[in-house]
Amino acid sequence: MAERLPPVDALLVGFGWTGAILGQELTDAGLNVLALERGAWRDTPTDFAPTFAQDELRYYFRHELFERLSHETLTVRNNIGQTALPMRQLGSFLPGSNVGGAGVHWNGQTWRFLPSDFVAHSHNLQRYGKLQQDMTIQDWGVSYDELEPHYDRFEYICGISGQAGNLRGAIQAGGNPFEGPRARPYPNPPMAMSYPPTLFAEAARSLGYKPFPQPSANMSQAYTNPLGVQLGPCTYCGFCEKFGCGNYSKATAQTTILPVLMRKPNFTLRTESEVLKINLDSTGKRAVSVTYVDAAGREYEQPADLIVLTAYILHNVRLLLLSGIGKPYDPVAGTGVVGRNYAYQITSSVNVFYDDKLLNPFIGAGAHGMLIDEFNGDNFDHSGLGFIGGGFIGIVQTGGRPIEMHATPEGTPKWGSAFKKAIARNYLRSTSVVTHGAVMSHRGNYLDLDPTYRDVYGRPLLRMTFDFTDNEHKMSDYLTDKATDLAKAMKPREIKVNKRQGSWDVVPYQTTHNTGGAVMGTDPSTSVVNRYLQSWDVSNLFVLGSGAFPQNPGYNPTGTVAALAYWAADAIRTRYLKAPGPLA
Amino acid sequence: MTTDSAPVRITRRRLLSAGAVLPVAATAASQLIRRDMPWQEGTAAEPTAATQASQGNQYAFLAAAEAAFVEAAVARIIPHDELGPGALEAGAAVFIDRQLAGEFGRGERWYMQGPWAKGEKTQGYQTRMTPANLYRAAIREIDAAVGHEGKAASFAKLAVAEQDRWLKDLEDGKPQLPTADAKTFFTMLLQNTLEGFWSDPVYGGNRDMAGWKLIGFPGAHYDYTAYVGKHGEAFPLPPTGLGGRPAWRKEGSNG
Ligand SMILES: Cc1cc2nc3c(=O)[nH]c(=O)nc-3n(C[C@H](O)[C@H](O)[C@H](O)COP(=O)(O)OP(=O)(O)OC[C@H]3O[C@@H](n4cnc5c(N)ncnc54)[C@H](O)[C@@H]3O)c2cc1C
Ligand code: SF4
Repeated sequence: MAERLPPVDALLVGFGWTGAILGQELTDAGLNVLALERGAWRDTPTDFAPTFAQDELRYYFRHELFERLSHETLTVRNNIGQTALPMRQLGSFLPGSNVGGAGVHWNGQTWRFLPSDFVAHSHNLQRYGKLQQDMTIQDWGVSYDELEPHYDRFEYICGISGQAGNLRGAIQAGGNPFEGPRARPYPNPPMAMSYPPTLFAEAARSLGYKPFPQPSANMSQAYTNPLGVQLGPCTYCGFCEKFGCGNYSKATAQTTILPVLMRKPNFTLRTESEVLKINLDSTGKRAVSVTYVDAAGREYEQPADLIVLTAYILHNVRLLLLSGIGKPYDPVAGTGVVGRNYAYQITSSVNVFYDDKLLNPFIGAGAHGMLIDEFNGDNFDHSGLGFIGGGFIGIVQTGGRPIEMHATPEGTPKWGSAFKKAIARNYLRSTSVVTHGAVMSHRGNYLDLDPTYRDVYGRPLLRMTFDFTDNEHKMSDYLTDKATDLAKAMKPREIKVNKRQGSWDVVPYQTTHNTGGAVMGTDPSTSVVNRYLQSWDVSNLFVLGSGAFPQNPGYNPTGTVAALAYWAADAIRTRYLKAPGPLA
Repeated sequence: MTTDSAPVRITRRRLLSAGAVLPVAATAASQLIRRDMPWQEGTAAEPTAATQASQGNQYAFLAAAEAAFVEAAVARIIPHDELGPGALEAGAAVFIDRQLAGEFGRGERWYMQGPWAKGEKTQGYQTRMTPANLYRAAIREIDAAVGHEGKAASFAKLAVAEQDRWLKDLEDGKPQLPTADAKTFFTMLLQNTLEGFWSDPVYGGNRDMAGWKLIGFPGAHYDYTAYVGKHGEAFPLPPTGLGGRPAWRKEGSNG
């Protein structure tokens, strides 16, 4: 039997990026807040110190910071005609575990979505007349203007390094001219640029594009955030993406919020406490508690007045399904909502090889690049192209870690003497132009519970049914063609084009940009949460994270994940706590 | 909101689960953390000890015949040539041995529950074998098939051109081995060889940083700030590993 613990005002399930933000905001509102995190306590000096953080084998290839699949994984398939099988090894995406979540090992590429992204359905319908059949995109129910102050808040908490492109409607030279208007500049100037992004920017300008520096959560200079927490300048160590920063230079929960939040008297964290279920009262309309298991295998019941799911999209959706909250989506009938509109990101690249230029690819950082946005969202006319959406293109020099990054020219064998010679010749002289594209939601792409496979507790695993559709392939090919032109304009010896072909494959790493499944909206028949991320069915339950995205725009998600977290926290503070109940 | 003079309270419950539900990290225990950023002296998480268990060139996992296979194979995957040492000279076989003897070999972090099915190509690794099992079975079965062919008693004894042909066939998934999947095995062997050539020397491979020197990767450098803007200039410092530079260490030690 589960031991029943004393109640708290607010309970956070998971303690990564969104958990830290909600913890800070709700304790500021005077609530007594408890966070339950399935993983262990983790911090810079003990877990990713600069004396051992730069270990490619341990962290990337042996997955030390990521989710342990022996404990929990999900099953995958491309369509309902296939039998889903477990993801036995990590590959395509890398969910986080432990305090700080995936935020510990993110790159820090911190974007705002375009104003038109939030009205993708009505905007595209209006401009192009009709949408592809079975595309299930919809409007978010929240506008860019409503989120602007919350984007701003996150950018200042993190100390984002960047160049504004649109200050209150005035386009700024050197920034992204396509971005929505921002109230004030980024808190820090852009990062210094290494050679490859600089060469890209020159080529882009020569073709008439407007390149700009990647907005980055890697510090371009020492910074003290509004909470009084200090970050140090990034040293361009090149072990950022998939690694922890030993240098307090990458904005994470640990380096921006936890030093303040952890010391508050009204905040408590329990680590290695995995939430198994949200318990409802007899009406099914109110969440009363969660059941969790600690490191010793003991079960507890933790009551709370307000429960916030901050466990990453995949775990949030699974907890909703396991707890029987909201109607599960049925792709055949097209009914139900939980698990509906799962989406992802589609990427491709063009390798660039020089003979006459030493590029030193190992000098890099997680969000250190020059990009163009001419082909993102609806920044270009899609008439006659047969697809909607887009993505950014550019060079983000994240580093040159040799097990992972050893590009070779077309036709090089994968091993043997010719392979060795090709690597020796090209390692210091190559880089890669990448495309990072949107994935629209589609009737056949969704999440539900697997009928066969179980986790260590005997509960069904999440099942992911996903494939890129015709829209994504056409869009990605279009972006890759543009990237190819840009790569040629860099005047290299040769290039190699790597299109994203065929079905989505769980093996190669792509991005940890999973979205949807608990989408936000204004209609309960097509969304799980309302525009404040509050469950339509259970009003004292909020569901955060990229699960709320109705489809996935062509940018990395976390800027918007965080803006939505501040937006939801604001609604809880200013409205919900005064009159608990449905906000919409 | 943040200042409060009450004493720091951390209760640490060291509970070792006796075979019950497996905790997320088997060594740690649940903590209740209040009013603190907990920190304990001497708790820094250094590279995993298991992978360093065997020192020098003694094999911890591979039996003699298996070691002969791995040594011969890595020597063909990245050969010794006019550019310098190959994977064998860089210690990739020792690296693979230690990996197979440790957490990786046991597939400890992987989801290894049944039922088992072959699956689509896009569904990834679907064999029941751990890496250690797969190496054992594949090497035994490949050596048996080589013997059956009649040119030599085992893969390691073949002429290098024949070894290359065998590796190419494995890469293409041609040999139908009794239990091991040829292509799955080759993919793992190739990946592990590259790891043994380019990972930090603390894991037993990349001896004298031969892999890094070949390509010009400076290793575990902490700070490139002074070089970001020096476009096109050669980076002047020699490679460094987590254990320092080869020149700093005693004869014969790893790391
Ligand atoms: C390699 C990598 C690179 C990335 N780069 C970028 C980037 O450049 N830009 C960008 O925008 N995004 C990036 N991301 C994505 C980014 O990390 C996530 O969007 C972000 O961390 C999501 O925040 P979250 O709070 O939803 O989840 P997380 O930060 O992952 O936190 C979730 C927490 O919940 C815990 N948890 C899960 N289930 C339970 C349970 N049942 N009980 C208790 N606790 C639970 C987990 O252990 C985890 O600590 C990257 C991700 C990865 C892996
Ligand atoms: S690149 Fe910069 S921010 Fe990233 S881990 Fe290295 S020092 Fe930290």
